[in-house]
Amino acid sequence: MAGKMKRLLALGAVVLTTTALAWAGSDAQPKAGGESKRMITKAEQCVEPTDYMRRNHMKVLNHHRDETVIEGIRTKKYSLKECINCHASEETGSVAAAKDDFCVSCHSYAAVKIDCFDCHSTKPQGSVAMHPLNAETAHYKHKLAAQTKSKISAEEMAGVAQ
Amino acid sequence: MSDMKPRSDSTPASPERRRFVGAATATAAGLAIAPGVMLYEVAHGRAEEQAASSAVRWGMLVDATKCASGCNDCVSACSTENGWTPVAESKHPKQAPQWIRKLELQDPLTQMETNLPMLCQHCAEPPCVDVCPTGASFKRADGIVLVNRHTCIGCRYCMMACPYKARSLVHEPLNDTQKPDVPRGIGCVEACTFCVQKVDRGDGNTACAEACTAAGHNALLFGDMNDPESEISRRLRELPTKQVRADLNLNLGVRYHGI
Repeated sequence: MAGKMKRLLALGAVVLTTTALAWAGSDAQPKAGGESKRMITKAEQCVEPTDYMRRNHMKVLNHHRDETVIEGIRTKKYSLKECINCHASEETGSVAAAKDDFCVSCHSYAAVKIDCFDCHSTKPQGSVAMHPLNAETAHYKHKLAAQTKSKISAEEMAGVAQ
Repeated sequence: MSDMKPRSDSTPASPERRRFVGAATATAAGLAIAPGVMLYEVAHGRAEEQAASSAVRWGMLVDATKCASGCNDCVSACSTENGWTPVAESKHPKQAPQWIRKLELQDPLTQMETNLPMLCQHCAEPPCVDVCPTGASFKRADGIVLVNRHTCIGCRYCMMACPYKARSLVHEPLNDTQKPDVPRGIGCVEACTFCVQKVDRGDGNTACAEACTAAGHNALLFGDMNDPESEISRRLRELPTKQVRADLNLNLGVRYHGI
């Protein structure tokens, strides 16, 4: 009886360890380190280095805008829609609704008026189900993945298993 | 008329068929498709980084004999897709933007009623493009007539030049009510875009035509008029169709049957 119990316990331990390892593996893949936790509204990396974007974002946006409107090229890099998808604030869901939203925070400091949002929506697209391959879906996947992470760390899980 | 009924009832409404039509379009446009990327490419019609091509000419066939009296589904689908306020809900109905509108016509002699939607006819020779002083009004390579709002100054010459009253000016600030895919704003002229955002996404259909099919009327058919194999080309070959104000010789992208 005791032998059987021991075998059962050992089996349980093996199962728990395997699950923990698998869980830890899946955790490590989408994110590198704990830093990304406070960058939930942003992707891992902007399309260009921050210094370049600060000086030149209007140039790349204008270029992309003409390609999109006139030729119908809707690539995601340099698309205003993608900027909004990534930079919309958690609180207002917008890049230009409140004073500390992404676009407005800098533009009010530099006293440069933005015309973009007379016509363009300041919010990311609500519907995720529209199209499986478009960028906003990817964006929300990133968000959803961040939300579903439980607070227990992989080390704790491994400790429990042992 | 009655001998045309059964044929028109067999109008394909299924998305599979439409995707097939889209695939035929893509092939006709001469896209080189590797076996591995085929499904993705076909679903999109053309690759994301590829410009709209003049190998395609988007057009619409309106079958006025099937357009139902009192039905407004195409108009509401357009306003939902593109984010313009329906005229009935507008504070200023007389100046409210209208991308598509339903017309009910009556022959004064016979009292025969005709229903049809009127929208931008996407002319091959658009008068709105001719008169635009800034070049904002333009025709895209695939035949879709658009307004580049970045250069539009709101002078409304195009609205006066359009024989179809298809264009509107946005008079009021929209206060961030626009759809992310459909930027539009105060001081700019706008009109039907053949749901260009959907076309570029590879849907191969417009919101109004989808709504008409969903309502079971099948009065609107959207497709590539340059592709002889497309459904719209086939129907245009078979049905007698008319261009509104054909005397202007504008070579319209919207053709009407039964008017």
